[in-house]
Amino acid sequence: MVSPSSINCARNPLDILSQMLAIDFVHQALLTGTILALGAGLVGYFVVLRGLIFAADTLAHVTFTGGLGAAALGVPPFIGLVGLTLLTALGMGLLQERLRTHDAAVAMVLTWVLGWGALFISIYTARGTDGTIGVHLLFGSILAVEKSQVLWIVLVGLVCTGLLLGIARPLLFASLDPELALGRGIPVRGLGIILLLLIALGVTSAVPAVGALLNSALLITPAAIAQRLCPRPYLAMGLSGLLAVLFTWAGLGLGFCTPYPISFFISSLAFIAYGLTVIVRR
Amino acid sequence: MGAEVPPVIQLQQATVRRGGATLWREVNLKIQPGEFVAVLGPNGVGKSTLLKVILGLIPLSQGSVQVLGSPARVGHPGIGYLPQRCTFPPDLPIRGQDLVGLSLEGNRWGVPIPFIRRLWCRGGQLKREQAWVREAIERVGAGAYASRRVGELSGGEQQRLLMAQALVTKPQILLLDEPFDSLDLANQQAMVALVRELSTASQITVLLVVHDLNPVLPYLDRVLYLAQGQALLGSPQEVITSETLSRLYGAPIDVLRTRDGRVVVVGQPDAYSSSSR
Repeated sequence: MVSPSSINCARNPLDILSQMLAIDFVHQALLTGTILALGAGLVGYFVVLRGLIFAADTLAHVTFTGGLGAAALGVPPFIGLVGLTLLTALGMGLLQERLRTHDAAVAMVLTWVLGWGALFISIYTARGTDGTIGVHLLFGSILAVEKSQVLWIVLVGLVCTGLLLGIARPLLFASLDPELALGRGIPVRGLGIILLLLIALGVTSAVPAVGALLNSALLITPAAIAQRLCPRPYLAMGLSGLLAVLFTWAGLGLGFCTPYPISFFISSLAFIAYGLTVIVRR
Repeated sequence: MGAEVPPVIQLQQATVRRGGATLWREVNLKIQPGEFVAVLGPNGVGKSTLLKVILGLIPLSQGSVQVLGSPARVGHPGIGYLPQRCTFPPDLPIRGQDLVGLSLEGNRWGVPIPFIRRLWCRGGQLKREQAWVREAIERVGAGAYASRRVGELSGGEQQRLLMAQALVTKPQILLLDEPFDSLDLANQQAMVALVRELSTASQITVLLVVHDLNPVLPYLDRVLYLAQGQALLGSPQEVITSETLSRLYGAPIDVLRTRDGRVVVVGQPDAYSSSSR
């Protein structure tokens, strides 16, 4: 694989862009990055609206164990992290009323799951394989996404986005007025479970770009910015998706020009943008 | 109230059990079109449950409930509902008019994108719905702040928007669950007067769960008093008396009427408090 930093970036930006776009794995990174950022940004709107940030964070950390567990067992990591995260989300969804008041219980399960991650990484590295997969899962490495995973990521991303847009209106109603929505015959509980599953998929699809630890850069920050800027729900939702995509593109570009990781740039851009909105809105 | 008019809400031999305990047993009641009824009773007696039974959210364990001529069912468009709740979180980033709009069309799937919607559905429907939202907001007098973030509004302003949510579907029945609890006395008075006016003008039947009878007393047609698994429906003069309530509770209850027309109920277990305290 060509190291992006080996390309001389001291020339004008258009040159860099054309150079960047001429490379195969950059196409791939742009495609997967765009789709997963869009999905994460859209789902993130509801995560922030419903105050599910802790739940989303927990799911993001579960991806780490899922990915490592699969690697330790010799299964493709992406399948492991999607599977375990979806299962966890389903469990959280079924217990959601009880979980709301039991942050301590969630935290305990979370640390336990991460403990399994520690076990899996030791099993995996003891086999003589290198330990970079752990780093990839924690901090993301979109340029290392394998060709075989691209189709899978794109498919999951598109299905998620489509499903979310399909349920967006009743989900918004159920998020704002659960009691009233129940009275109107909206399956509030079912929508809550679907949302958690979508969060799980959104979180897992953001892992290749920003990893398990920096997930909120794409899931939380764009949505928080959009909600500060825009009180129209559907417009804010779109803005959140758009911001996540822009952060990813800019992060890819900066990562391409420098020897530093893309996830650093994505999370920094997200943070700076949020800081700016806070200052502007004051 | 002619006896020949079919009732809007009718419970027959209605029994509700929740969590193993029987809340009320074999309750019969009829509510006529356009009636303004306050639902009273001590905490935990099943006042909110009554509204949920009418909404079809809680099934009866025995008996039947008829709403607008058919058995109660979830999502009946003829019912406007204002659930019991606290206020919205202070940072809720949604406009008031969006909340009201969701109450009208939130049960439809998909995402409404304005220009696509205009192409997609018959223009008339979109226009009509927008007009209904505006009308509901105007009727409760929330026009001045409906485009601001809900979280920034005062309790009274939020309450008016919630009322607009209940009204936006142009219901024949309004079920209001302690809608005035977060309001000061002046705002309570204004809201009750508004509900009475709506009820009279559009023949809307109103069931109003209240904690305190006094602010609503001058506007009521009848009182529905729930206690000891039973329900008593009648005019306030008939129901809120020492004899009737003592009989209902099977224990001595004193009803005091002050010179300015206030009512104070003394001695009921887990009594509702009166503002004149």
